[in-house]
Amino acid sequence: MSVENTQATALRVLAQLRHDRRTLALVLVVPPALLTLLRYVFDASPGTFARIGPPLVGLFPLIVMFLITSIAMLRERTTGTLERLMSMPLAKLDLLLGYGLAFAVLATVQAAVTSTVAFSWLGLHTSGSVLAVGALAIANAVLGMALGLFLSAFASTEFQAVQFMPAVLFPQVLLSGLLAPRDDMPHALRIASDLLPVTYAYDALTRVTGGRGGAWLWLDIGVMLGAILLSLMLGAATLRRRTP
Amino acid sequence: MSSPAVEVRVLRVRRGGTVVLPGVSLQIPVGSVTGLLGPSGSGKTTLLRAIVGVQRVESGEVRVLGEPAGTPVQRRRVAYVTQAPSVYTDLTVRENLRYFAQIMGAEASRIDAVADTVGLRAHLGARVAALSGGERSRASLAVALLGGPKLLALDEPTVGLDPVLRRDLWGMFHRLADDGATLLVSSHVMDEAERCDHLVFMREGQIIASASPDQIRRQTGKDDLEDAFIALAEEG
Repeated sequence: MSVENTQATALRVLAQLRHDRRTLALVLVVPPALLTLLRYVFDASPGTFARIGPPLVGLFPLIVMFLITSIAMLRERTTGTLERLMSMPLAKLDLLLGYGLAFAVLATVQAAVTSTVAFSWLGLHTSGSVLAVGALAIANAVLGMALGLFLSAFASTEFQAVQFMPAVLFPQVLLSGLLAPRDDMPHALRIASDLLPVTYAYDALTRVTGGRGGAWLWLDIGVMLGAILLSLMLGAATLRRRTP
Repeated sequence: MSSPAVEVRVLRVRRGGTVVLPGVSLQIPVGSVTGLLGPSGSGKTTLLRAIVGVQRVESGEVRVLGEPAGTPVQRRRVAYVTQAPSVYTDLTVRENLRYFAQIMGAEASRIDAVADTVGLRAHLGARVAALSGGERSRASLAVALLGGPKLLALDEPTVGLDPVLRRDLWGMFHRLADDGATLLVSSHVMDEAERCDHLVFMREGQIIASASPDQIRRQTGKDDLEDAFIALAEEG
């Protein structure tokens, strides 16, 4: 492992993003635009918007980073740059952490823009600090990145990779409690939601924005960190120096 | 011959269910420009990949500069240029070289040096996506030169290049070999055989000759190396 190689990888990924202005604009504009849309969709029932709005600030980075990472990694595989890196003295962890670092930076900016719009202009309220919401948003971005990195190994085309988002993330968001309380779900779904990382990401966000901290919040954070580590290790296992 | 740069013993490789290399053996002399020639589908790329250490092999042994292929020590002294350029097309040539130089632990001064070597000095600030196919190949080659490799394996590096550039590139290969590096260059174009110190002819996963151009001419009695290849293939 080398700090310099991790840093160089992060800078390289950021340079790629910097050259892709439109992607950068979409990453920063789409989440606040969607929140604004939701605000007016729920114009007649502001209570609903007040309930689902704040956690969404933290869930957007998860979805966006998942998508971007799985496509970026797939591109590394198909263009041969991954094979080249694997034939060089670069530790797999340096590559993964480099990606994580770069996307955490992007997520920080995204979370800052989205929180500003949400909490200053759209009138959303968080009982916890905006900084804590931002920190969770970054953790979610890293979780999304780690999941995307791992799952990209199972996609051989971009068509497949983009569909992992509805296939893997949508069910998790549906089961997380965002749309309906988990306590009201059939038992089997309730159990399933207990096993999915996005459930804990959502729970942590509602606890912070609802001003309810405590031991459960730390459990949520612990599970998220565990899921990040597990995905990174599984992701590292899919990076091969030798291929068939 | 001192200990060879590359030594392959009864190498067997299967890719996607079919046996590509049924059991080849080969030695490549140090400091040579060796041409790996044969039609497409003859197993050249698979053999190169095995030597570079990125190919999963079924059995047999591959040693590079006295050590097994694909071990961590080889990652600093073996460089591989794939047929499709492996560089980031959304970055500039300089950004690509800067990143790979860091990974290879190469000095920053190497960036300008390798850009000069492949004739891309004027294109350092250009995005790879904006370059022509030949320029992209050379950018990919420049990356491989960063670490000053002891063994440089190149898969069809001259495809689509202008004849003048092709000549320059072969001149550069020989200069690198004069400095002690070993070059292994695959090609399906027979007229490139003339430019090599050592030739390895491949056909259907088998090595049908491994010798200097003169030795091959003497052995087959053919002046033209393409005729020599045909004679060796029909002897089979």
